[in-house]
Amino acid sequence: MLGFIIRRLLLVIPTLLGVAVAVFFLIRVMPGDVVVVKLRADGAQVTEETIQAERKRLGLDKPMIVQFKDYMVGLVTGDLGKSLWTGESVAKEIAVRFPVSLQVSIMASLIAVFIAVPLGTLSAVYRDTWIDNVIRVMAVSGLAIPGFWLGMLIILGLLAFFNWLPKIGYVSIFEDPVTNLSALIWPALSVGFRYAAVVTRMMRSALLEVMREDYIRTARAKGVYQSLVIRRHAIRNALLPVVTVIGLEFAFLIGGLVVTEQVFNLNGIGKLFVDASTRGDFTLIQGLVLLIAAIFVLVNLIVDVLYAFLDPRIRLN
Amino acid sequence: MTRGVCFLVSTRNNRTALALMAATCLLTAPAIAQEPKKGGTLNFAVVAEPPGIDCHGVTTFAFAHPGRPHYSTLLKFAGDHSNLKITGDLAESFEQAKDGLTYTFKLHKNVTFHDGAPMTSADVKASYDRIINPPAGVISVRKALHEDIREIETPDDYTVVFKMKAVNASMLTHFASPWNCIYRAAKLKEDPQFPSKTVLGTGAFQFVEYKKGEVWIGKRYDGYFRPGRPYLDGFRALFVKSNAVATGIIGGQFDAEFRGRTPKERDQIMEGLKDKATLIQGPWISSLLFTFNNSRKPFDDVRVRQALSMAVDRWGGAQNMSKITMLKYVGGLTRPGYEYNLPEDELVKLPGYGRDIEKSRDEAKRLLKEAGVSNLKIKLVNRNVGEPYIPGGIFLIDQWRRIGVETEHSVLETKLFFDAMSAGNFDVLMEFISDFADDPSAQFDKFLTAEKSSQAASRHQDKRLDELFDKQARTIDVVERKKLTQQFEKLAITQSYSASLLWWERIIVLNKKVKGWENQANHFTGQDLTDVWLDE
Repeated sequence: MLGFIIRRLLLVIPTLLGVAVAVFFLIRVMPGDVVVVKLRADGAQVTEETIQAERKRLGLDKPMIVQFKDYMVGLVTGDLGKSLWTGESVAKEIAVRFPVSLQVSIMASLIAVFIAVPLGTLSAVYRDTWIDNVIRVMAVSGLAIPGFWLGMLIILGLLAFFNWLPKIGYVSIFEDPVTNLSALIWPALSVGFRYAAVVTRMMRSALLEVMREDYIRTARAKGVYQSLVIRRHAIRNALLPVVTVIGLEFAFLIGGLVVTEQVFNLNGIGKLFVDASTRGDFTLIQGLVLLIAAIFVLVNLIVDVLYAFLDPRIRLN
Repeated sequence: MTRGVCFLVSTRNNRTALALMAATCLLTAPAIAQEPKKGGTLNFAVVAEPPGIDCHGVTTFAFAHPGRPHYSTLLKFAGDHSNLKITGDLAESFEQAKDGLTYTFKLHKNVTFHDGAPMTSADVKASYDRIINPPAGVISVRKALHEDIREIETPDDYTVVFKMKAVNASMLTHFASPWNCIYRAAKLKEDPQFPSKTVLGTGAFQFVEYKKGEVWIGKRYDGYFRPGRPYLDGFRALFVKSNAVATGIIGGQFDAEFRGRTPKERDQIMEGLKDKATLIQGPWISSLLFTFNNSRKPFDDVRVRQALSMAVDRWGGAQNMSKITMLKYVGGLTRPGYEYNLPEDELVKLPGYGRDIEKSRDEAKRLLKEAGVSNLKIKLVNRNVGEPYIPGGIFLIDQWRRIGVETEHSVLETKLFFDAMSAGNFDVLMEFISDFADDPSAQFDKFLTAEKSSQAASRHQDKRLDELFDKQARTIDVVERKKLTQQFEKLAITQSYSASLLWWERIIVLNKKVKGWENQANHFTGQDLTDVWLDE
């Protein structure tokens, strides 16, 4: 197991290097000049000379190959460069926002897992009964309703019923749990609902599949209680595809809360990504893409390790 | 005290209409002098994020709103748009020589930086030197505007004398620029880039914290040189997306947003806050322009440009567009109401400003036919900024449709828009004017030749405009300058290289407890928060 983890971790390096190279060149194909947007978008009288001076200051006047060399050298030494928009280090820009997106993603995942696994199981066990129908309606609603729209409804609901909105600004959960949770529970619920719907559907279909297996029939034939059959034999096996979905959804959420973060005024990675793309802040986009690629690789590794834990037949080596 | 005008606001929502009438009309009642109260923290929203924190290197309101309260400038604007004047900030008094070649400023003697160091003429000189001749690695975006300054003398610690190379009629405006913050000379000497890393000024508020993308916090500076100011204990500028402002004000997340809201948001906030809102509506030194690419046929033909301007019903459009957008006022190249602009009786004689729209459109069709382009097809390049660009573009397309012109609306992201602008990839470009002061030299910049101005997108070669521009910029006699600016305006409108669509209305809705803030007809000045207080 340890060897597998080390091998997979080592594979992360060429994967991220490949991503870095591809992103570096691909985003430079995009038209648009961050310096012009930065200095002229508000209508200021800025001369071409000033534009060129700022371009030079940011190193954008250098040939692309030189910029690439600088970028790769920085990357190898752990320096992601500086944001072309703020001049702040990319690592710092990301570090400020990352805890918000991470916490919302974790909370949404927890909401999804705690709702979806029991509901998906009930739905499969009571297949084609009113229980199954109610759960399926809920799941389909969750899939059909966009998270941001639900978020807007939540905000309007809070305003209409309580004339209240959570305070703007991130406070760490360790510093002030009440303020933290009162601000982040709403976006977590709005994206967690859709997330739960996906996992519920997956849990139901995976469990139905497993329930048709010979070993389930054998267990029943041996006289094992239905609840024990489900808990000990069925759920554990049905969880394999569910874990994959949970992992992928989680990784997606970290960088994918774009609209939800805007609806709830959250200062997260998704909002930063949109801002960086709109402005043409290449260095920041590169850093963000690398971060998200690293999260996907890491989450996949964790999912693989969980496979072995859930199903001892899977040998990771 | 807050001033206002009773506006007749028509809306489909009667409750909102009543609330608006009540709020706006209340402001017209004789202002009962209310004694300002001390204390409290003002929470306000900022709908963009500043790219930096150095006044000399940034251009956006996203810095002016949270950053300006920390700094002072030599002069500043005081009053609201109806009685706006340039007054001293750090300058206790100032004098412009009759020949316009010398400006002398006497500084307040009790001014200290937030680190306790006294502010002297050396700090003013060092700050202006940095604007005029930025050291290596420092970006001074307004360097060109200060090129007429020959030298800065400091005869004593509290006197600064600016000697000019040539007369510059806009110089007092530049001295009152919200961007010309005064930095500490000793810190600049140690590190010329100091202001891009640290906020250290002489303003009414000390810097506390800036959490990127989230909040900027300032607290009262007890050593501020104006006795009894500021009233507030501090402020929190919250960075939010524009679409979250209305709900944020209603939900109590913040009390104000100082850039400007749309009529729809105004109605939403007024209905949400009911009697707890103050509505301030007025002019804005911002307008939409439609600029023709004069290097492309048929836009090199004045008949085509005039026809396309004459097709636009500005007077009718202003009435209707103002109900749904910020577009409200008909004007030429300077803000309607500004003392230099063309009187309405002269404006209506110029192409595109006639009151009889049917007659104008008939003439427009005739001109297009005469130019041989009766079935004209146009590509209008616009910014993907909701208000007021997109509705402005749609309005324009509809107006052109009425004279048989077919238009493709190409809406681009801001960075792609500027790419198209600099590469000349457009037939017509939806542009804008947005300045911190009524000043012909600033507002006329976009109507010049590309050789003269880096802001000019129209690619025309008419040197007459450049010459008139130079003349007015070098004339300090008010009457003479007014005459020259009106000549410029007439020529520019007649030639229509670039045409004004409509001027904007600035709509600010504050929580009623916010007092002492005034609309200076722009979203850059009037933000030092010195006189703002909370009635709570």
